[in-house]
Amino acid sequence: MIEIENVRKSFGTLEVLKGINLSIEKGEVLCLIGGSGSGKSTLLQCINGLQSIQGGNIIVDGTNVHARDTNLNTLRQKLGIVFQQYNAFPHLTALENVALAPRVVKKQSRRDALDLAREHLDYVGLGSKADMKPSGLSGGQQQRLAIARALAMKPAYMLFDEVTSALDPELVGEVLDTLRKLKESGMTMIVVTHDVAFARESGDRVAFFDQGVICELGPARQVINDPKEERTRQFLQRVLH
Amino acid sequence: MFNYTFYWSIVWEKFPELLQGARITLEVTILSMIFGTALALPLSLWRRAREGVGHAFATGWVELARNTPALFQVYMVYFGLGSLHIHLPSYFAMVAALTFNNAGYLAETFRGGLNSVPPQQLSAARSLGMSAFSAYAYVVFPQVFQVVFFPYVNQLNWALLNSSLGMIIGLRELTGATQAAQSESFRTFEFFIVAACIYYVMAKAIETLAQLASWRLFGR
Repeated sequence: MIEIENVRKSFGTLEVLKGINLSIEKGEVLCLIGGSGSGKSTLLQCINGLQSIQGGNIIVDGTNVHARDTNLNTLRQKLGIVFQQYNAFPHLTALENVALAPRVVKKQSRRDALDLAREHLDYVGLGSKADMKPSGLSGGQQQRLAIARALAMKPAYMLFDEVTSALDPELVGEVLDTLRKLKESGMTMIVVTHDVAFARESGDRVAFFDQGVICELGPARQVINDPKEERTRQFLQRVLH
Repeated sequence: MFNYTFYWSIVWEKFPELLQGARITLEVTILSMIFGTALALPLSLWRRAREGVGHAFATGWVELARNTPALFQVYMVYFGLGSLHIHLPSYFAMVAALTFNNAGYLAETFRGGLNSVPPQQLSAARSLGMSAFSAYAYVVFPQVFQVVFFPYVNQLNWALLNSSLGMIIGLRELTGATQAAQSESFRTFEFFIVAACIYYVMAKAIETLAQLASWRLFGR
């Protein structure tokens, strides 16, 4: 379970998170929607400690992420994250991309790590691309590679940061299919997305972010089909039309 | 004008001396590259810092090394320090001067290499649970290495050719040895043709080995 309590985050004088409260249950898919600069991507990076916070607490399975004595390297093995810009390691093949962290972080043997990597590449449909470098893969394939790489660490939670925003429209589907497959497997996911249709169909709950606060939080269908807040309604009208 | 007669036999007699010089040339080159690399690493990191004493120091070093003739740098170390009663043997003076020059150029090469790796690569590695050390060792530096490989080899060749400046401070590297040998016989043309060939072979060997290493390491 991830508990987010009154989290505040500033970049210099700009406050991007102004007291966020959220909790994510095991097996839940929570989608974060909202305009650019509303703070949703920043929140994801705070959850796995890539960004510091100025106030509040983020507790992952009882561990306070931003406490001084927390070992972030250990904690991050629980929290897979996939970024908008894929960030595949360009000097390694697809297989090596996935095998690297299990070898280096979990000290698995080379053979075990490679077997694990093959399994996860198959899972995202990239089994036939194992020996290719990322430069030879399409955006959608690189993004699925990034998902496989995160999954190979066997995380308890997966964080997705606008994973389809940089993709050509015809490549979005293959990545979303992977996310749906993960949801069916029971993975706990926090998905920052601009894809409102995906949020409605695959999200259990949706949180609408506006100017650093959660403006509306509720069951996905309700928030998107029948928003209670005027600001949510305005946002949805802008993105749906 | 074209009735110059070549006498090669005198060159072959002295050939072992030239080879001995070539050995010194290689030693000075390799030592100055090793020390230059070791200094360039912290210099490049200081250069990346936006301010501070380290930044100012590194910037001064890079500016001087890259914007003054290598010949002046050799003079400064040998005669300049000599005026301050610090008398280095010409061998060490040459290694020091070339080290200064190499470090200046390599610092910029390394800085460019580090800048070429997007910061998100580090975030991606850290987000998988890698320590900062592992992230740099397995993700960032291998990419930097690929980017700086050929510029690094260029600097190695440049150092090899620059080491010929050793002659002016009395070092018997290849050029110094050639100068000494020809001054006894005045067969300047023959000696320097042979010396040029030896330089060419050494430089070409470095280039070829680098190309082979690149195919092996990077597949290109």
